[in-house]
Parts: sequence; structure tokens; C-alpha cells
Amino acid sequence: MSFLVDSVIMFTSQVLFFGFGWLFFMRQLFKDYEVRQYVVQVVFSVTFAFSCTMFELIIFEILGALSSTSRYFHWKLNLYVILLVLIFVVPFYIGYFVVSNIRLLQRQKLLFACVVWFTFMYFFWKLGDPFPILSPKHGILSIEQLISRVGVIGVTLMALLSGFGAVNCPYTYMSYFLRNVTDSDILALERRLLQTMDMIVSKKKRIAMTRRQMYQRGEDQNKQTGFWGMIKSVTSSPPGSESILSTHPNLSLIQQEVDALEELSRQLFLETVDLQATKERIEYSKTFQGKYFNFLGYFFSIYCVWKIFMATINIVFDRVGKTDPVTRGIEITVNYLGIQFDVKFWSQHISFILVGIIIVTSIRGLLITLTKFFYAISSSKSSNVIVLVLAQIMGMYFVSSVLLMRMSMPLEYRTIVTEVLGELQFNFYHRWFDVIFLVSALSSILFLYLAHKQAPEKHMSL
Amino acid sequence: MASLDRVKVLVLGDSGVGKSSLVHLLCQNQVLGNPSWTVGCSVDVRVHDYKEGTPEEKTYYIELWDVGGSVGNASSVKSTRSVFYNSVNGIILVHDLTNKKSSQNLYRWSLEALNKDSSPTGVIVTNGDYDREQFAENPVPLLIIGTKFDQIPENKRNDVLKRTTFLSEDFNSEEINLDCTNPRYFAAGSSNAVKLSRFFDKVRQAASHTSVQSRVHGAHTCIRTCVYEILYTFRSIFSSSL
Repeated sequence: MSFLVDSVIMFTSQVLFFGFGWLFFMRQLFKDYEVRQYVVQVVFSVTFAFSCTMFELIIFEILGALSSTSRYFHWKLNLYVILLVLIFVVPFYIGYFVVSNIRLLQRQKLLFACVVWFTFMYFFWKLGDPFPILSPKHGILSIEQLISRVGVIGVTLMALLSGFGAVNCPYTYMSYFLRNVTDSDILALERRLLQTMDMIVSKKKRIAMTRRQMYQRGEDQNKQTGFWGMIKSVTSSPPGSESILSTHPNLSLIQQEVDALEELSRQLFLETVDLQATKERIEYSKTFQGKYFNFLGYFFSIYCVWKIFMATINIVFDRVGKTDPVTRGIEITVNYLGIQFDVKFWSQHISFILVGIIIVTSIRGLLITLTKFFYAISSSKSSNVIVLVLAQIMGMYFVSSVLLMRMSMPLEYRTIVTEVLGELQFNFYHRWFDVIFLVSALSSILFLYLAHKQAPEKHMSL
Repeated sequence: MASLDRVKVLVLGDSGVGKSSLVHLLCQNQVLGNPSWTVGCSVDVRVHDYKEGTPEEKTYYIELWDVGGSVGNASSVKSTRSVFYNSVNGIILVHDLTNKKSSQNLYRWSLEALNKDSSPTGVIVTNGDYDREQFAENPVPLLIIGTKFDQIPENKRNDVLKRTTFLSEDFNSEEINLDCTNPRYFAAGSSNAVKLSRFFDKVRQAASHTSVQSRVHGAHTCIRTCVYEILYTFRSIFSSSL
């Protein structure tokens, strides 16, 4: 009886998540495109719904809601479904849509999509070889094989994103890094841009007029010769821009100048956009919200430095943290500060809040990053493929965040995750996360430093 | 032969609808072989015979400013793009016939361009909302072009054409539907070529009116434009029936 009630609750929440994913897809991602293949939208929303259900199950675990047998059952069910989607459904559809974009392969779409899927499975399987992620007692077709590989990919993605995010966040929040931009700088650049456009226009006018004269002269010549002119006009090519430019070396010179000026105009445009963006950020930093974010930026930069330091310590001294922050925090307050309180009660609530915050921020952060990424690289032809790739990334990301979240929870809540995911080498995943995080954070620092250095030099040379 | 005053026409639309292919087709009479994203603005020049077939025929240059929509919609990009919207004499709005959203975004594009140029021509805009009245009195001539006509399946063509007719009525302008990879659509004497040449004549007129009477906006100008329109329509009917 209680199992039925629990299942109904789970099902309603899944429908809610599905609806949220659907709305997000329609309103945010596909704002400028028409949805012609509803399959894509369904697949995206299903992936989102089942990923969020996993987080929901963790929350229920901490709160002790629903009976433990039904929780265990739903964990297993959810895990199987999401692995099915991530390994079979999404890659197959990615292959299918990639193949539909290529005109040559239109006839045998399904066949080629299957070929693509088999290549994906091959590389996916090979991924497990260099990593010590499995103990030998697992068979070849067990669920642990699949989860471990999904976990590796997802953990790499998480570490890359969080390394870059940890460095980029203080860089964008703090106004210390903002270059000084005045209105006159922007006006000067705009004037230069318009002057360049005017020069391009006048040169193109010359080319157009010369072409037109040649065309008219060519026609007059043809009319004069009559019968022989007709035969000649069959063999000679019509005056197009290439032949005109080859016979008039003057024109080809002008065309080269036009190309160079067009390149210059593009660069000037991008620089103007950059300066405008910086000016807006400077104005924003003077408002109250801006000052608040500036303060947060200092706080986050300290946090970022601490995380890099901890990652280095973990790798160098080869240790993986045994206790989670909640229990450690409680231990510190009880032992050192002498405050006595009900450990069990408070550990449950604090871990609920902490895990909740981690879940919400990671979902929100990932969706925002995915949206930005999608706007930057999609076009009307490739939008379906890109959305499916993003759905794949999202699913793998959420599965591995469940895996890593195990470390943030007190022991009594960890058991369910360990039971469900099987005997994985969890320590390896944490070590791998630390390594990739360190690499990503250091290379982002280098990259941002170079970009920051290069910009004022460009600005000075104007 | 070529006049000293400038005639500037903007080509606006979403990213990827085919503005660069269209401009290349209009100016070079050739199909663009390798279209790539336009960063910033690319200009091309078309030589146009004003009042063709009449004794007052003159050749003018029309500058087509193809403002790219692909760098994004951030406010910094918008304010940079508005540099190109100064002293505009005509606007060509391009939308993709296979993508409904691109035609809905045309309202936004036209408002963005017309808002910037609001001073001498007196276009009154109220807080960015679309208002049909303002397009009726708008002195800047508009032309709506729908691209990728060949990619619509046969059975859907009627619906699409109905939709675009409503669109052109809203903007109080002419419309042309074509495929930018086929130069046949602008062959001399075709209805598309006539519409295009009529549009450019309107633009040329608007340019000379703004340069001569920059602050006059009233019934006087309207009557003159109406009379000219009627006369020209008769002429084009006669010349196309010959």
C-alpha cells in the first residue's frame, strides 16, 4: 500500500520535472528556432526529468521520507532508465540527426545511424581500459561497467567546468580587473569604423561602375559582329567578376584593398563591442548590486585559492577525505567550542540544507552554461544535434554529481548510494576530480591572464 | 552620371536567414558560393537605373548595408550595431520561410532600426511596442524578402504564402519570396525585378526628400509621393505590357 503511494508521489514529481524541462527547452534554448522534430524536445525533457529525480531521491534519503524499500526500488529503476537513455537513446538520435544533415547519406539514414552508434559504443568501452575503475569480480555485462564509464566522463566534465568557474567567477565579479573605458574612446572607435565603411563603399562603387562599363562595351561589341559575334559569345565566358578582375589588374588591386578594409572593419566592430561591454560593466559596478557582487568576488577568490590548495594537498599527500564537512563541522563545534546539541537531529538538517544548496546551484549553473554555449554555437541546421549533445552532457554530469556527492553526506546516508551504484572505486573518482580540477583551474588562470594582458595593449595602440 | 548624395538601404534579419547571399545576388548578379557568418556589417553597392524607361532615367548607386545578427543580442552588441543605423533611406527585412520565428523577430528588427533614426523623419514610437499605425505613416520604405523558398515542401507552400501576405500588410510594404541560390528569381522583366526596382525608386525619392527638406513632415510630402506613385504605377503597367 505504502509502495503504491510512494510510486504515485515519485511519478507526479517526475511529470513535474518533465514539464519544467519542456518549458526550459521551448522558452530558453529554442527561443529563435522552430521545433520541427518533437523527438528532440521529448528526449531532452526525459533526460532532465530522470536526472532531477535522482537528486530528489537523495533528498528523500536524508529526510527519511517514503519507505526504504520503495526508495531502493526507485533508485534502481531510475538508474537503469537513465543509463538506457544516456547510452542507447541519445547517442542513436545524435547519429541519426547528424546523418540527416549530410545530403549524400539520405537513403540509408537508419543504417548509418546504427553504424555511428556502434562506433560510439566501441570508444565508450575502450574508455574504461586505462582507468583502474573496476574490481575483477564484475562480469562483462554488469551495470557497474556502464556506470563506471559514465562516471569517468561526467567527473571529467564536472571538474573542467568547476575549475574554470572557480577562476572565472572572481574575475568577472571583481571590479579590480575592469579596464578604464571612457565615452570618447568608444566614440573614436565608432568614427574609425564608419570611416572604414565609407572607404569600402567608395571602392566598391568604382568596381561596380567599371564592371558595368565593361559589360555594356562587351555587349556593343557582340552586337556589331552579328553572326560571328553569336558564335564568339557561345565560346567566350560572360563577364563575371573573376574574368573582369583578371583582365583589369587595376581592379584586382582595388579588390585586395577592399578585402583588407573589410577585415579591418570586422576587427573594429568586435573591439567596439568589447569596449561597450566593459563600459556597461563599469556602470553596473557602481550600483548597489554591483558593489555586493564585488564583495562576493573577493570572498570567492579566497575560496578558489583554498580549493586549489586543497586539491594540490590531496594529490601530493595521496589522501582522500574520510569525513564529510557536516560531521567534521559538528565535531569541531562540539569538541572545541564546547556547544552541546543533539548531533543526530542537527546533522540531518544541516546535511539536507548543504546538499540542497549543492544540488540547486549545480543544476542552475549547468543550465545557464548550456544555454550560453547553445546560443554561441548553434545554427538553424545544427540546432537539433547540439541540443542532444547538451542533453547527453547534462545527464552524465548529473549522474556523476550524485557519485561525488556521496562524500559530502554523513555515513548513514551514504549507504544507499553505495548499494545502488555498486562496488565502484569511489576514491579513484575523487582523485580524478582533483587532478582535472587542478589542471583546469591553472590553465584558466593562464588563459585569463593572457587575455587580460593582450587587451590593454590593443587598446593603447589605437 | 552618379549622384553625390548617398542612398543607404539596410538589410536586416536574424542570423542565418540568407542576407549575405541576397546582397551578393542583388549586387553581383551571382550566387554566393561560400556563405559564412557576417561579423559586424558588410556593405555592397548596386547600380540602379532610377525611373527606368522614362526620359528622366538616371543611374544611382544604392548602398546595401548587411548588418550581421550573429554576434549575439547583448546590449553591448545592440548599441554597437546602432552605429550603422544612421541616416537610413530604406530597409529590406529578410526572413527565413522555413523558420516562423525569424519572421516574428522582424518586428523587433524594424523597431530597433527605426527607433535609432527617429529625429528628422518624425517616427513616433511608444515604449518599443509594435503599433500598426506607425508603419502606415512611416516615410522609410520597407521591403520584406522571404528566403529558402525552394526548401518548403509543395503542400505547405500555400500556408506559408498566406502568412507572409499578412506580414507584408502589417509592415505596409511589398514582399518577395525567393531562393537566393537561383538567380532566375530576379531575371529582367519578372514581377520580382519590377517590385525591387520600384522599391529602390521609392528609396531614392525618400533620400532626396530627406536631404532637401529634412524637417518637413506633413501632408505636402505625402501628396507629392502619392501623385508620383500613381504616375509611376501607370508607367510600369504600360511598360510591362509591351
